[in-house]
Amino acid sequence: MLNHHFFGIIISLITFNIGLFIYKKTKLPILNPILISILLIVGILLNFEIPLESYDKGGRLISFFLGPATVVLAIPMYKQLPVLKKHIKAILIGISGGVITSISVVIALAKAFELDHTLKLSLIPKSITTPIGIAISESLGGISSIAVIAIIITGILGAIMAPFICKIFKIHHSVAKGIAIGTSSHAVGTSKALEMGETEGAMSSLSIALAGVITVFLAPLFVRIFSYFNL
Amino acid sequence: MKIFIQFLGIVGIWQLGEWIHRMLSIPIPGSILGMLILFTLLVLNIIKLEWVENCADFLLKHLAFFFIPSGVGLIAALELLKKNWIPLFIIIFISTIVVMGITGKIVEKFVKD
Repeated sequence: MLNHHFFGIIISLITFNIGLFIYKKTKLPILNPILISILLIVGILLNFEIPLESYDKGGRLISFFLGPATVVLAIPMYKQLPVLKKHIKAILIGISGGVITSISVVIALAKAFELDHTLKLSLIPKSITTPIGIAISESLGGISSIAVIAIIITGILGAIMAPFICKIFKIHHSVAKGIAIGTSSHAVGTSKALEMGETEGAMSSLSIALAGVITVFLAPLFVRIFSYFNL
Repeated sequence: MKIFIQFLGIVGIWQLGEWIHRMLSIPIPGSILGMLILFTLLVLNIIKLEWVENCADFLLKHLAFFFIPSGVGLIAALELLKKNWIPLFIIIFISTIVVMGITGKIVEKFVKD
């Protein structure tokens, strides 16, 4: 059983559905279904001393779908094309500014806390959508599992704090709110943006893939620039 | 059956992206090149949305499920995580606030009503 592909797949399906059930019952962002599933699987593997490789036989089959799933992120972006064209300047400048802020703040704080270099690289894609974030953390030399956890926690915090952050920073325009939420906290934050309004939701959805793509281009560049200054 | 054929097409675009990634040895992951290729083909009307939509909806709907194994890999980094979880959490917390705030302020400067 443990040496079969089914083990990893079945345990993932069961724990994910438990996570979905808990999330739907409570509606609490902190009880994120993916986070629950990951923690349950980690707990089970550690508790029963099951090696990660046994899980990963099936796990690799599931991960295979990340590739095609990333490719089809083009579709929500394509569907938002009219909105994108209408606000193209504000969207591109805003998201690029957000992405540069994200990379810079992570690198500066990592320096302040004297964080391990690999950990720092794992945090760089923390604001973008998970499939793209996994790919970026791997190509930068970070640890993809830490990137996944950082991304999910960022999404949860973004979803919880979005209304307060918009109030504190005095962000009033619906377009600005949506782009801010999507750029900083990807799909999990977007669930909150959709509650705040139609424009907020559309702009936030659009920002998910765009922020990912812009990070892909800017992250290697900025990591190199900052390392030149010993950061 | 239709979904399966669409899936093969999407995998084909993904593999084309991986191939370009290897050929040009650029730091952009193949899956993201694949996404940019699909986006371009849709905008240029070479691929119609209907040709890929069913399979895409399926993949996007279950997107969250596909990255569970990547997260479970944290078992291999457990010691590193135990030692550093406080700074990690503080960095995530502060950067989320700052990024959301600054992005919003920039967009407000440039957006037209």
